[in-house]
Amino acid sequence: MKIIVCVKQVPDSAAKVVVENGKVSWGDAPLVINPWDEYAVEAALQQKEALGGTVTAITIGGEGSKEALKHALAMGADDAIMISDPALANLDTQGTAQVLAAAIKKAGGVEAAFFGRQAIDADSGLVPAQAARLLGWPALTLAAVIKVDGGSVRVERGVEEGRQIVTAKLPAVFSLVKDFGEPRYPSFMGIRKASRAVIPTWTLADLGIPSPATVIAWPEIMNPPSREIKCELITGSSPAGIAEVLADKILAEKVL
Amino acid sequence: MNTFVYIDQFKGTALPASWEAIGVGKTLGTVKAMIFGSGVEALASTAFEYGADEVLLADDPALADYRAEAYAATLSASATSAAPDLILFPTTTRGREQAAMVAIDLKTGVMVDVTALENVDGKITVTRPIYAGKLLIKETCSAKPLIITLRGRAFPKPAQQPGKTGTLTRVAAAAGDFPTKVEGYTTGEGGVSLTDAGVIVSGGRGVSNNPTLTPPAGLDEKQAEIWRAQQGFILVKELASVLNAAVGASRAAVDAGYVPYPHQVGQTGKVVSPDVYIACGISGAIQHLAGMRTSKVIVAINKDAEAPIFKLARYGVVGDLFQILPALTEAFKKKLGK
Repeated sequence: MKIIVCVKQVPDSAAKVVVENGKVSWGDAPLVINPWDEYAVEAALQQKEALGGTVTAITIGGEGSKEALKHALAMGADDAIMISDPALANLDTQGTAQVLAAAIKKAGGVEAAFFGRQAIDADSGLVPAQAARLLGWPALTLAAVIKVDGGSVRVERGVEEGRQIVTAKLPAVFSLVKDFGEPRYPSFMGIRKASRAVIPTWTLADLGIPSPATVIAWPEIMNPPSREIKCELITGSSPAGIAEVLADKILAEKVL
Repeated sequence: MNTFVYIDQFKGTALPASWEAIGVGKTLGTVKAMIFGSGVEALASTAFEYGADEVLLADDPALADYRAEAYAATLSASATSAAPDLILFPTTTRGREQAAMVAIDLKTGVMVDVTALENVDGKITVTRPIYAGKLLIKETCSAKPLIITLRGRAFPKPAQQPGKTGTLTRVAAAAGDFPTKVEGYTTGEGGVSLTDAGVIVSGGRGVSNNPTLTPPAGLDEKQAEIWRAQQGFILVKELASVLNAAVGASRAAVDAGYVPYPHQVGQTGKVVSPDVYIACGISGAIQHLAGMRTSKVIVAINKDAEAPIFKLARYGVVGDLFQILPALTEAFKKKLGK
């Protein structure tokens, strides 16, 4: 099965992210592959191991974003493609989906496009379904289990009520959740391979599409209001005594 | 402003954030609630009572199960003919997906998981959390219709007006050969859903540290740890049950195998905003705090007085959760008459 995994480079989830002088800063925290995309790479490699085929990682961004591709290569992806163009500096999710859909088409013969469920920076979680819509492929989002059988696939999707079991024909778009196990650590050989990999860059001209229109604007970005909280420590001579006071305090908040 | 509101339902029960969306729509003008499914006409009466002026009902066996493509085609067809100014969705799994797909069909954008909305002379600006709530961003959209998904519990649920009715308009389910087939469902554990919960009781790594327990013979070290944690989570669940609360967990507890992933609160789990959040044995990693920091009242029970969770907590107990939790459960049982 020919699989494309779409990945993104984001500030580490442990980063303290703040707005300074109107700009987002994550201090000296590292940029890493989006954790959800790392699960998607793991899921893609598991499919490849079960079925054969290839896994190609793809990203949109500047030179720094290449690290996400190298991480996917070090984990075991076969190759990687970088989409980079000055016209792509300010994409909204619709624009991102247009570019990725065009790249998935250009790659040719793709049977499955894998995405993490969302990126932990913008937290939108829209791009997989939007790319599917543009490609005209089934959107199999929030997939927790994927079973491919010939040209068909059976997916268990995580929804509020439990799991929905869906079958569809390939090609399809998948967004992945955490249920495929911890992402594998890159091997020494994998890291060496990744560091030597030649990663082609595709521009909008290569994709043959015009610059996507950006319809969402971001007039302001802010730190959340700080919580002026002084923690009241409840003490007492016995657990029952502490619990009694704590329960009264919580009830007095009149939110229960 | 002429607003469509997508009512997200599963087997005839609407997710509560749908009604909150009707409330937001009513503050902006008229509301047409869109209800898709099979045998779901009863929901129309409820939508009227929550304030909908009109219901667009696609009640068709072909829509019995949620299928992304079939629902989006029906929704986009209605929106194309009626040309609303705004389409509101609850930020549920289905709501988010429909918003994403319909925005492509209608060549517009999506403002997702919005927690505040202002309308100045018909120009809408929204605020939404990014980086799991570490930052807030304002957004506008230059295309029409506006498509917005609203975070559950961020907006008040409108008062239900018993007996209020409105115009029921039937719309056709989009015809077509849609590419997916629903084979069935496996149900979750039931209980209260985290994102809708008014109260959440959460457990972390500390829940596995009860020194007074002796695991059954024959377990290896890891199995014994999980067994201990499961005993600890029984205490968490008992308190949750008395408070009609959902059960949450830290990433550390989920990764260690103590509880399944759907319980995870935080940056790679669910972002929640209950009235009361009781954190038991959770130290408060930044990824966890990001996922629950907007809770109204945070209570922390932890044996480590230096744990970062106390910085967000309104009330704290530095102590042994294995003693405090059962006592707290008993105290609430008595006070709530249960």
